Amino acid sequence: MRTPATGGHDATLAIDFIGVHKWYGTFHALRNINLTVKRGERIVICGPSGSGKSTLIRCVNGLEEHQRGSIIVDGVELTRDVKRIDEVRKDVGMVFQSFNLFPHLTVLENCTLAPIWVRKTPKRQAEDIAMKLLRRVKIPEQASKYPAQLSGGQQQRVAIARALCMNPRIMLFDEPTSALDPEMVKEVLDTMSELAQEGMTMMVVTHEMGFARQVADRVVFMDNGEIVEINAPDPFFDNPRHQRTKLFLSQILH
Amino acid sequence: MSQTLVFVRTKSEPLDPPPTLSSSVLVWARANLFSSIGSTVTTLAFVALVLWLLPELFSWTITQAVWNAKDGEACRQHQDGACWAFISAKLDYLRFGSYPVDQRWRVNLTEWVGAVLIAWLLWPEAPKRGMAALLFFAIFPIFAFVLLHGSGWLGLPIVDTLLWGGMLITLLTAAVGIVFSLPLGVLLALGRRSRMPVVRSASILFIEFVRGVPFITILFMANAMLPLFLPEAWAPDRLLRPLVGMALFSAAYMAEEVRGGLQSLRRGQYEAAMALGLSYPLMMGLVILPQALTLVIPGIVNNFVGLFMDTTLVSIVGLADFLEAMNNAMKDPAWSGPTIMPTGYVFAGVFYFMFCFGMTRYSAFVEGKLAKGRKR
Amino acid sequence: MAFSKVLSGLNDRRVRGACYQALLVLVLAAIAWGAASNAYVNMRARGIPLGFGFWGQVAGFEINLHLIDYSGLSTYGRAFWVGLLNTLLVAVICVPLATLLGFVVGVARLSPNWLLSRFALLYTVVFRNTPLLLQLLFWYNAVLKTLPGPRQSLTMTGAVLLNNRGLFLPLPAPRAPAISFASAVGVSALALAAISIWARRRQERTGAQTPVLLLGAVIFIGVPALAIVATGAPFSFEFPALSGFNLKGGLQIVPEMAALVFGLVVFTAAFIAEIVRAGVQAVHHGQIEAASALGLHRGLTTRLIVVPQAMRLIVPPLTSQYLNIVKNSSLAVFVGYPDLVQIFAGTVLNQTQAAVQVMAITMAVYLAISLAVAAALNLFNATHAMRGRTA
Repeated sequence: MRTPATGGHDATLAIDFIGVHKWYGTFHALRNINLTVKRGERIVICGPSGSGKSTLIRCVNGLEEHQRGSIIVDGVELTRDVKRIDEVRKDVGMVFQSFNLFPHLTVLENCTLAPIWVRKTPKRQAEDIAMKLLRRVKIPEQASKYPAQLSGGQQQRVAIARALCMNPRIMLFDEPTSALDPEMVKEVLDTMSELAQEGMTMMVVTHEMGFARQVADRVVFMDNGEIVEINAPDPFFDNPRHQRTKLFLSQILH
Repeated sequence: MSQTLVFVRTKSEPLDPPPTLSSSVLVWARANLFSSIGSTVTTLAFVALVLWLLPELFSWTITQAVWNAKDGEACRQHQDGACWAFISAKLDYLRFGSYPVDQRWRVNLTEWVGAVLIAWLLWPEAPKRGMAALLFFAIFPIFAFVLLHGSGWLGLPIVDTLLWGGMLITLLTAAVGIVFSLPLGVLLALGRRSRMPVVRSASILFIEFVRGVPFITILFMANAMLPLFLPEAWAPDRLLRPLVGMALFSAAYMAEEVRGGLQSLRRGQYEAAMALGLSYPLMMGLVILPQALTLVIPGIVNNFVGLFMDTTLVSIVGLADFLEAMNNAMKDPAWSGPTIMPTGYVFAGVFYFMFCFGMTRYSAFVEGKLAKGRKR
Repeated sequence: MAFSKVLSGLNDRRVRGACYQALLVLVLAAIAWGAASNAYVNMRARGIPLGFGFWGQVAGFEINLHLIDYSGLSTYGRAFWVGLLNTLLVAVICVPLATLLGFVVGVARLSPNWLLSRFALLYTVVFRNTPLLLQLLFWYNAVLKTLPGPRQSLTMTGAVLLNNRGLFLPLPAPRAPAISFASAVGVSALALAAISIWARRRQERTGAQTPVLLLGAVIFIGVPALAIVATGAPFSFEFPALSGFNLKGGLQIVPEMAALVFGLVVFTAAFIAEIVRAGVQAVHHGQIEAASALGLHRGLTTRLIVVPQAMRLIVPPLTSQYLNIVKNSSLAVFVGYPDLVQIFAGTVLNQTQAAVQVMAITMAVYLAISLAVAAALNLFNATHAMRGRTA
């Protein structure tokens, strides 16, 4: 069983799960998770609902707390120390299934809030960065609108821009397209693909298998709180090895 | 691209119990009572408060209290405890007011029948609740009136409403308010949403007028002005006037609750009902109102609670409700003493609290059941 | 032929609607006319005055609390104004106190400390489920009237005295240095405003944050304190002192008013606490998660994300509670506090028997207040409501 390095850490590792367990009360939600994510790698996590995939990525930025094992993000081990968690959150961006945009702020204000208050960026500079990123997700003209005035796909792209404004080194996506109408899924996935091409380290929980095939370096299949199979996308989809993987894929890819 | 790490599970991980730390009482206490310095100080302060308060309360209400006595002498001598003997001595007056003693069985019967009907109506598993509703809203009022007031035909001696008092008046006023507020309130709410301008303005005027003034002024108005607006021959009974005021007052507030429910119902429900060819009354009765009303159950029950507490105000027009009866009882010179007032008020407080809090818990219970049905 | 046209006309929705409305107008008009004519006949028969002539008649009764000059020789009209001012006085005192207490208890309800949140819950449950009248009578009869006489007043520092004649506070009387004190306060307020504007500009320009709250506290306390040290005390206090069997001097708050204010504040605060709690908890948990994921710590998340959204949910029911304070102050009649209802709809109505006129005026006053509050709320909603999809 691996233990966290006490001195220097492997600088090529973005995220390192070592023997991670999590319980909700008596329910054993994550069982002995061992997983490494290298810098620049794109990992897609899939699995049936209740398998623990959302719990897993929410542990990476401290939204969920693990009870046993270690999680090391960019060289910083996640403990209950609030300072450590804040440090990790500055460098890890997250995009939620239900967007979670701040409804009382404009799109631009949504994006500049964290840089101004957390990184203490001057307002003008923060707005420039925000506009640049809004252009990158192709909705610069919505900057002064309020989230409720945008479509679902546009809101999610704003959420991506908002996370990117903090200049993260890792991006986490928790089922980013599950709450979208079908015609808007593509625009969000395209945005994510472009992000991947620019070399961002990404952990994506999704059911979009086409996206996984195109973008992922590795696909992780989780079931019942444990990792069942990991492989590159082509061998994973064309030639699943584990019984449960085969069952899951047959249900998804009909 | 990095070297691919391939993995295939060969053996399932064991299901372990959580580490004992995360399920013990100590951890809960750490998180909820002592999570920070401020929290620890607060916890200690409250623990000290409880340790000081609880024995005092216990001794006042139980150990030092006077439970049996003929008059206030014992209570005057034991001033460290409540005078429950006073309450038991006055209990009948508090329940019936000055209703003639030999006719009190009529009040009891009415109250029991009402209680049974209400229990039947409120029990979610009960059969034929529609029947219960019909009985309670339509038949029971007549039955209650005849029984309480009396009727020459049935050989029941007439009991003047001046003699009614105490819990009888409180329950009666509350019941009238509740029974009339729902149907009247629904009508007003529908009227307010109507597209006919006359109906709409009349409803809005009535609702905003009644909601904008204190209940006391409504009671005063009913008491002083109703006799003026009606011809001499119809002079309304002293009890009837505040009851009318109560009915109109509660209807206006109920109308707003129902309107909230009607508004939050999705437009698709109206459209589906109309597409099926349901007429307006059928649409309202079968589709819209059942849903709208269940949506605002907490608001409706809130209203009922407020209504029940407002019954205390009828003493201003001379009716002796429970609280007024208690006030009168406390003035009895035979029982005078420093512990009488706190005892009386505490008992009255418990009485009202039981009803009000009970209603609130029931509404939470109903809401919980309905939520289970709605959760997907 | 024409007959069937009429029949089909009756089925026309608009015709039907017009018919219903015409019917309603007729019915309402008939009721109104019936009531008015009955009232005229009855009032004439009983010798009740029909006009507002009583307004100028001499009242002939005393009022123990009046903010404007009033005596037994004043008119009924003047009594009306005294009552109205007393009602407004109670409202003006109770609203800020109840808001403060309500917010404190509401925040306590949300505290992670289990004991604190449960005690706050106990408070709201007890005071929301017992009638206000019972609470008022309790404070008035069981607490205030049982206090000892002036000679054995309960006191904390000798300056504030509580006895069965009321609550006695020191009465401040301004002295010469009051002017410099007032200007010191004014200057610090201006300085505070200037500093917060400057701090915001600074943050926009450079991103750096300044501890405005701390600076503000230092200035607001320090500068007036310096003024006192330099020029002397701005107020001299007239302390209540025992004279014979009573207390003389100082500011006396009669037990009726103390009971009413205390009871109203405690009762309304319980409702406000629930409103605050519900408003804060209605903010989606996802909002807090998103803010945390961006790196904002708890304080910033609460200030920038939770509070703005919660306040939009809190303000409408909060103003409704303020209105309730005004309406509930009418219970003053039960504790003998001379508010509008007690004086006007009580004594004046009894003496003049002009029920219709008196009630009309009284209700008009409360309606005016309700409408004013509703208008203010509409203004708030219009400016602060969150904008939704226009497309």
